[in-house]
Amino acid sequence: MATSEQMIPDRAPPITQIGPIAWLRENLFSGPLNTLLTIAAFYFLYLVIPPVFEWMFLDANWQGTTRNDCTRDGACWVFIIQRFEQFMYGFYPEDLRWRPNLAGILLVLLIIPLFLKRVPYKGWLALFILLVYPVIAYFLLHGGAGIEEVDTSKWGGLMLTLVLSIFGIVAALPIGILLALGRRSSMPIIRAVSTVYIELWRGAPLITILFMSSVMLPLFLPEGMDIDKLARAMVGIALFQSAYVAEAVRGGLQAIPKGQYEAASAMGLTYWQSMRLVILPQALKLSIPGMVNTFIELFKDTSLVLIIGLFDLLSIIQQANADPNWLGFDTEGYIFAALVYWIFCFGMSRYSLALERKLDTGHRN
Amino acid sequence: MNTTTRLDNSEDIVIMRNVNKWYGNFHVLKDINLNVKKGERIVICGPSGSGKSTVIRCINHLEEHQEGEIIVDGIEVGNDVKLIHQVRREVGMCFQHFNLFPHLTILDNLTLAPIWVRNMPKKEAEEIAMKYLERVRIPEQANKYPGQLSGGQQQRVAIARSLCMNPKVMLFDEPTSALDPEMISEVLDVMVELAEGGMTMICVTHEMGFAKRVADRVIFMDAGQIIEESEPEEFFNNPKSERTKLFLSQIIQH
Repeated sequence: MATSEQMIPDRAPPITQIGPIAWLRENLFSGPLNTLLTIAAFYFLYLVIPPVFEWMFLDANWQGTTRNDCTRDGACWVFIIQRFEQFMYGFYPEDLRWRPNLAGILLVLLIIPLFLKRVPYKGWLALFILLVYPVIAYFLLHGGAGIEEVDTSKWGGLMLTLVLSIFGIVAALPIGILLALGRRSSMPIIRAVSTVYIELWRGAPLITILFMSSVMLPLFLPEGMDIDKLARAMVGIALFQSAYVAEAVRGGLQAIPKGQYEAASAMGLTYWQSMRLVILPQALKLSIPGMVNTFIELFKDTSLVLIIGLFDLLSIIQQANADPNWLGFDTEGYIFAALVYWIFCFGMSRYSLALERKLDTGHRN
Repeated sequence: MNTTTRLDNSEDIVIMRNVNKWYGNFHVLKDINLNVKKGERIVICGPSGSGKSTVIRCINHLEEHQEGEIIVDGIEVGNDVKLIHQVRREVGMCFQHFNLFPHLTILDNLTLAPIWVRNMPKKEAEEIAMKYLERVRIPEQANKYPGQLSGGQQQRVAIARSLCMNPKVMLFDEPTSALDPEMISEVLDVMVELAEGGMTMICVTHEMGFAKRVADRVIFMDAGQIIEESEPEEFFNNPKSERTKLFLSQIIQH
């Protein structure tokens, strides 16, 4: 038996284990197959990127007012620039567009404090956003009570897309949470009702729900009673989305160990207290990826309102594509639509990652 | 609360009379009779699956019993949700896996129940919490999260969390069996101190040293029954039943 009284000092690793050379070897050229794939991938990028870049930027047309100004080979961004306002607001009267702008700015200003660390009364602010803001937004966007009214048939573009998805997300969240709790309830009737609701709405495509809301629902309403088409679509989307939220939340609830429920009950908390203070904060954190996934889907799925004659971002771009003055610029239109959708979806995805990191308390169950 | 009348005027704070419980067809608790006086320290031991955890989990109704009666602090534990909450307020419990709330800091873990169940002002709850954290010797961890603490520290936090409710009885469900060996004694030390301070304790544990040192009574269970019940000295030196002898020989063997 040998003993060593002296501690061996730490030594630096061999040079092949660290730095850019090691990284390249490890990740790009770790074997013959990998080397081949790396070369093939670089060749593919070489083929694709330069022409696309040329078309989009170097040869693109940025200046002018009509299609005749698009003289160069590249993309005709003049089309997008000329129609930009319409893509944002649809047919909302030009002189009133400050109202949706104000509603948007107000929302952003209200939401920012929620994300800052040391802001007091966050709970009240959140309640204000959930309960009071929608009323303000309604009067700003729609008017009424002395404010000039703008019929919802004139709403459109990105503004409509945002109205549909924000309403869908915000309204679906509380309904979804209640449904998820209901589905795990020990009371059979509540459990059955929640399960049936979730399975029914999840089993139908959004497009049929939109059809039902715009075509079928009026048949069941009494004569002369008419509900705004946009409102019907919003309710349909919110109810549809709540089924998905419910399943995402249920996933989170199931991941919470039984011991958490027991500890909460053992200290005398009531069912609703233990849900609100102990279980849901943890379960919602776990269901963030799933929920954001459905939110991103919803954001893109709102483009389906096209089939019931609402002009969201995508449908208004399609409509502009069909304008005889601008025929032949579909590609530019669709690229613009894709870019706008991507910015919002990528933003949501990044935000959810940041939120997961922020809520991480280093605990693994 | 003043709505309930005490069902019993005796010194006994926990009374179990002919308690029976089944999981489906499986008879887990058979005719359990147990009286615990104020200030008494009970240790329940027995082989795994003998129903010892189930007994203490029935006391605060984490498990439901089907027959017999359980009276805690003069209140019958039955199906009345209000009464169950009332009992749970007075009964603290520590679990094998600590069950701290990982999304809350240590301090918030401790103040949660006093604030929401006892409607205590936040400041007062925090003062009490710090007092108990000092008592379990980890006040410096107050603003950390449970995930940042060792197992032994977490279990001490869990004990402090229960104490913040100023319970009349403390239940311990194998508090040291999920711990690394070197952390067991720090938790047992806290429990011994608690016992010496006069707390009524019912502990399910295999720590026989602890039983010898603080228990007033040791209860041995097997197959859902109480087999033997005696003072620790008698229990360890002169066990009466064969099953107790076998169990003791098995745990002391190594």
